Amino acid sequence: MNIVDRRLNPKGKSLGNRQRFLTRARAEVKGAVQEATRRRKVGDLDGAEKISIPAKGIAEPNFRYSRGTGKREMVVPGNREFITGDKIPRPPNGEGGGGRGEAAPDGEGDDAFEFVLSKEEFLDLFFDDLELPDLVGKQLKDASTMKLSRAGFTVSGSPSNLNVGRTMRHSMARRISLNRPRRADVEALERDLAESEAAGDTEAAARAKLALDQALRRLKLIPYVDPVDVRYNRFEKIPKPNTQAVMFCLMDVSGSMSERMKDLAKRFFMLLHVFLGRRYRQVDVVFVRHTSVAKEVDEETFFYSTETGGTVVSTALEEMIKIVRERYPLEAWNIYAAQASDGDNIDSDSARCIALLKDHILPITQYFAYVEVGAGSAGLYGSARPESVLWTSYREVASSHHNFAIMRVDDPAQIFPVFHELFAKDRQRA
Amino acid sequence: MNANDDVSALISAKPLFDGADWDAETIKRAYDAIEDIALGELGLDIYPNQIEIITSEQMLDAYASIGLPIMYRHWSFGKRFVRDEILYRKGFQGLAYEIVINSNPCISYIMEENSMTMQTLVLAHAAFGHNHFFKNNYLFRQWTDADGILDYLAFARDYIARCEEQHGHEAVERVLDAAHALMDHGVNRYARQPKNSLAQEKRRAEERRLYEQQTYNDLWRTLPVSEIPVDIPAEARAAREADNRRKLGLPEENLLLFIEKQSPKLEGWQREIVRIVRKLAQYFYPQKQTRMMNEGCATFVHYEIMHRLHDRGLLTEGAMLEFLQSHTNVVAQPEFDSPRYSGINPYALGFAMMQDIKRICIEPTEEDRRFFPGVAGNGDPYGTLRDGWANYRDESFILQFLSPNLIRKFRLFKVTDEAEEPTLSVDAIHDEGGYQEIRRALSRQFDLSRREPDIQIADVDLAGDRCLILKHTVYDGVMLEEKTCSAVLRHVATLWAYNVRLLEVDAVSDSVLRTYEASPDGDA
Repeated sequence: MNIVDRRLNPKGKSLGNRQRFLTRARAEVKGAVQEATRRRKVGDLDGAEKISIPAKGIAEPNFRYSRGTGKREMVVPGNREFITGDKIPRPPNGEGGGGRGEAAPDGEGDDAFEFVLSKEEFLDLFFDDLELPDLVGKQLKDASTMKLSRAGFTVSGSPSNLNVGRTMRHSMARRISLNRPRRADVEALERDLAESEAAGDTEAAARAKLALDQALRRLKLIPYVDPVDVRYNRFEKIPKPNTQAVMFCLMDVSGSMSERMKDLAKRFFMLLHVFLGRRYRQVDVVFVRHTSVAKEVDEETFFYSTETGGTVVSTALEEMIKIVRERYPLEAWNIYAAQASDGDNIDSDSARCIALLKDHILPITQYFAYVEVGAGSAGLYGSARPESVLWTSYREVASSHHNFAIMRVDDPAQIFPVFHELFAKDRQRA
Repeated sequence: MNANDDVSALISAKPLFDGADWDAETIKRAYDAIEDIALGELGLDIYPNQIEIITSEQMLDAYASIGLPIMYRHWSFGKRFVRDEILYRKGFQGLAYEIVINSNPCISYIMEENSMTMQTLVLAHAAFGHNHFFKNNYLFRQWTDADGILDYLAFARDYIARCEEQHGHEAVERVLDAAHALMDHGVNRYARQPKNSLAQEKRRAEERRLYEQQTYNDLWRTLPVSEIPVDIPAEARAAREADNRRKLGLPEENLLLFIEKQSPKLEGWQREIVRIVRKLAQYFYPQKQTRMMNEGCATFVHYEIMHRLHDRGLLTEGAMLEFLQSHTNVVAQPEFDSPRYSGINPYALGFAMMQDIKRICIEPTEEDRRFFPGVAGNGDPYGTLRDGWANYRDESFILQFLSPNLIRKFRLFKVTDEAEEPTLSVDAIHDEGGYQEIRRALSRQFDLSRREPDIQIADVDLAGDRCLILKHTVYDGVMLEEKTCSAVLRHVATLWAYNVRLLEVDAVSDSVLRTYEASPDGDA
């Protein structure tokens, strides 16, 4: 008997199968994911998700008997009252005898197939057709650090980079092609010579001697490893993309913003945070709230403390510029901003906001999304809502800057669609 | 004798283990004690054992790949995995305590979560019970190659992985999907194929590929297709068709074999994949036919062994209670109207039959002597059982050994369901007049050739559109399920690359009851 402990064997042997299954059911799974997000709170976007997909696309058919045809017999256990010749009413589901019959041995007949997607798989599918605008261009342009990457082989280099495998392969090829005698060959010739000398066969000995001399000369002339064989690993410096991003959440917290509006804004911010977190190794979040003055606060204060006062949007933008200058050097950070507001602003401030955006903020940010949260009654949405002060002025900026987008959200159910629209892949091509 | 008694007295002083924890040393000790009983007292004959300890996650993996340690990749295994995973995580379904592979050495996977009592039980159940059955049952001896199966699985996995690299996942998946759909009808039921070792398999595949490479000539493609003369007389045509059928070996019940050998358009690698699936189907064929006996044998063996260990004082009372609780769960048979009923539990029936045979051998009643004159009271229960395990399958075992006593115990009754009748009728119950009938019917219920539809390849229209004609022989009016049948037929068409037709023909009147057709959906 032999005991083998396999517990440390690599896990996830079924991973390949799992991926194949998800690929196979991709259309169905994606539909289910979209469905699931509608029910889901943004707060637990980060968890695994149980989804249920129609079994149609993933059925594994085989030839089997249809129920309810012909004459069939079965033997079942647990008789209590029947005697031979009794008639039993047919069970309502058409299955004979009671309980489940032999059909559908592993529940394949079920209409829905239920399973759990991991967090990664879920987010992959959820963000599947979304892309960060301008990501690649900016990354490469701003790259300040380089990293080494393997790039084939070279004939010169430092000894530490010597590629022994390659070198010996070339060496062997050369030795074979130039017919360098092997050690065994030389030994065989020496043996021949010794044998023929011992036998006193001078003619054979002379022949053997000649052959041995030739072999030894070849051996000397053709080196085992020649400089032409030597290969080194080659490395190339490639720019290393920035892997950190900072996300500015700007929000109007003046009296006109209701709790409900704040909640909408929060959902949007969280979604953006998860999304950025998938693209960058590190994502900083800066919360800036404003009334008639702007202030950087922590998350708790940002969402939950109330404040009264007027509304001057430009203060928040100025605060953001100030923070960027102080803490987030442009060459090291990708900057994203999301602003949420109900659209109120004092009239005289709009021009200043536009100027700040155009001259200072948009040139340095990857993307700036403005979300206007509405009062939210179903009747208002769809009907012509009067354009807010901020909307009117921002619309002008949006038309001339591709990294600036504005959207309206009136209802939690719209968060996902709006988010999708903001980051949809083909948006950039337009 | 005396020495033996001394030894057992010595051992009985100390139980094998105490508490739930286990380590390799304890397992070894338990194994030795079990081996002593299994080989010495029960007279079992086993392959060498290899015990592998795995985690629950690895157990789920093994579940997904139909219990085999090495398996090629396919989405259906992933599907099984995600389904089992959710059932397990939510606690709807426990995992098996063990999986055992019919190989030489016989590999048993046991889970690390098991308590030591369960490990002892699993060793007795799998490493001795199943192992003995695998080594001795005639079906396994005849049909499976315990020495070569792991090598073959490794070959299959690597071959299919290479095909995926060369031809793409989708192309491979299409062939596998289609072949899987026909797996139940891809076994040889009568003849035995000569064995091929791994080396031979590899060489054969390689030779075939090389030969095709060497003899490839683009000219063949340009040859004009020969016209089939239409003006030959009808008899000559019929004779030629009959001759063709004979050459193709028709009718053929092994659908996968026929497709592998005769499908006109499959490429070499596609044939090889069909072959791999066919070989797997063949490997599982004996297991499907002996499930009840196999489990009954293993359950009986573990029951005997655990009791004997306990008798010798090697198991604590606590361990014994834990074992009995688990054992009772396994051999429970819900009644037909219970919500938990899902057919006859093979563990329950198997275990009960083995126990009953033991009883008949030792203390037979008058009735037993009447029903089993050969074995009743022969005083050799283990010899009788070993003979039964070696020479029967579920169907014949029931026909031979199901006793009236058991029929009464299970309160079995036979019901006939005629589609046209408004009610089901009870034909036989556990009384004098019903024993024979119930035994016959239950045996048929375990007969694989009756559980699976009888489908054969009847004809190929070689002179015409190369349409493949399948025939389902309908017994007692039981037809195929329409939806799955059409789906499978589409798979057949994918492999055949031309139209496929399936006729449902009544076995008695020979009239065609229904016809299905499918055409290949793409370029196979």
